[in-house]
Amino acid sequence: MSNPLYRKVAIVGVGATPYYRRGESQPQTITELAGKAILAAAQDAGISVKDIDGFAHYSGGGSGHNNFADTNLIMEALGIPEIGFTATLTMGGGGSAASIGLAGAAILAGDAKYVVSLMALQQGNNRLGVVLGAKPPTPESSFVQPAGMVGPGHAMAIMARRHMHKYGTRREAFAEIAITHRNHAMVRPTSLQKKPLTLEAYMSARMIAEPLCLYDYCLETDGAVAVISTSAERARDLRQKPVYLLGSVHGGRREWGRSFSWMNMPDDIFTSAGNLSIARLLYEKTGLTPQNIDVALLYDHFSPLVMMQLEDYGFCPVGEGGPFVESGAIRMNGSIPVNPHGGNLSEGYVIGMTHVREAVEQLRGTAVNQVKGAGLALVTGGPAPIPVSGIILGS
Amino acid sequence: MTRAQAIPGEHVRIAMDAWTEPYWLAAKAGRLVAPRCAICGTFRMPPGPFCPECQSQQIDWAELSGEGVLFSFAVCHRSPFPGKVADFTYVPAVVSLPDAGGVRLVSNLIDVEPESIRIDMPLQVVFSEIAGGWKVPLFRPTRGS
Repeated sequence: MSNPLYRKVAIVGVGATPYYRRGESQPQTITELAGKAILAAAQDAGISVKDIDGFAHYSGGGSGHNNFADTNLIMEALGIPEIGFTATLTMGGGGSAASIGLAGAAILAGDAKYVVSLMALQQGNNRLGVVLGAKPPTPESSFVQPAGMVGPGHAMAIMARRHMHKYGTRREAFAEIAITHRNHAMVRPTSLQKKPLTLEAYMSARMIAEPLCLYDYCLETDGAVAVISTSAERARDLRQKPVYLLGSVHGGRREWGRSFSWMNMPDDIFTSAGNLSIARLLYEKTGLTPQNIDVALLYDHFSPLVMMQLEDYGFCPVGEGGPFVESGAIRMNGSIPVNPHGGNLSEGYVIGMTHVREAVEQLRGTAVNQVKGAGLALVTGGPAPIPVSGIILGS
Repeated sequence: MTRAQAIPGEHVRIAMDAWTEPYWLAAKAGRLVAPRCAICGTFRMPPGPFCPECQSQQIDWAELSGEGVLFSFAVCHRSPFPGKVADFTYVPAVVSLPDAGGVRLVSNLIDVEPESIRIDMPLQVVFSEIAGGWKVPLFRPTRGS
């Protein structure tokens, strides 16, 4: 399969603000958070912020669905003189990983030299956990919202329940995912959750949407992460060891696209993370297999969806994600270490961009929880409405 | 034991367009209907302007029995209207409609102990009034099942 992006583009700079509990980033503005992350990324890369000439957003460019860290305001705030590219992937967090692919497309086309992929999130009173219930009804949402499906967690709980019913998956598997993420986060200075999480604490936690409890839900975070990509040629002259983009896929199949809304997916898709088609294309494009991946940065808004992504991306057979996880496979010493940064569940939730940051640190060899000799990293976006996405990065 | 309750209707609002209005008008009259493509016979839900299979715009509104089968569910204990309604137990449910080609509705189960809910259990529709005098279809376990 043709893949003109293969090793032609590299991530050269990553920057972030501290991660804050929801609301605690104020009185900073969202443009300020974005600006601080971009300045840090430019410094990391060893370029001037004025060299930036492109923006590759996702989530409709509307970071956090409500607040905007828009290209116009960022250019004005930071004095970026001219850009040749500004575009966004549609919909929500499912596009996070492929925002690097979007940047790559701009670079390969010659539209821009240094492209920023960005998420700046400031939830305030606009809590993403209840975002669906907070919106006025539409003709489409009127087939879901009346059932009290106020947040994405309700849909995920229903999907997880079906997985448990079909495959005998146990809550112990979700607990293992939550606890593994916490163990990873505990030693990271950037993490918002550093208290140990035990199986007993998990099992006695408040249920939010059974079978999901408090610890199956990701954190509510404010913060910004910016990633700068450029051509492989330019990357070799910059400060950091380049992290190359091997392949990027975003999109998905119609059967999955109905998931967040009307839950009419065919049964095999219902209990997936919607990334099956993304995984197939990504492996075809890169000529790689799951066995080649050294570390997986899987979008973990809800713990059962980590398990389903492990199935989608072929780290274990479909339906066996529960026992696979319970065997310790996603721990640092397991067959596929997952989210050594602690992920959305325990480090902080910046709609997937912390996963790109961690992949870069792993491939530079500078991660806090370093996977020894990590050479290839998978990063995913979603599971969310289309697009969902996946990229493979390599040292 | 806490029984699963309906969402307080006065807080439930819907919107509709030309393609979904017949569904809601039928529900208001206590009838469950589903759109079936008049050309190829494929059911779809929710109602929309095209048949996703053959792209026809012609619809037959099929009158359904109101029987359903539970596909999956969640049990929620937090109010969907925090600050307006105190916490209560409700059960978002995905319900297959056997006489509509298996298309599913997202609804609520009511009049049932959460502990006794089982996937694949047979269900029967009931209609519950919401804001504006409209009604939504909810489901309860089929009697005697």
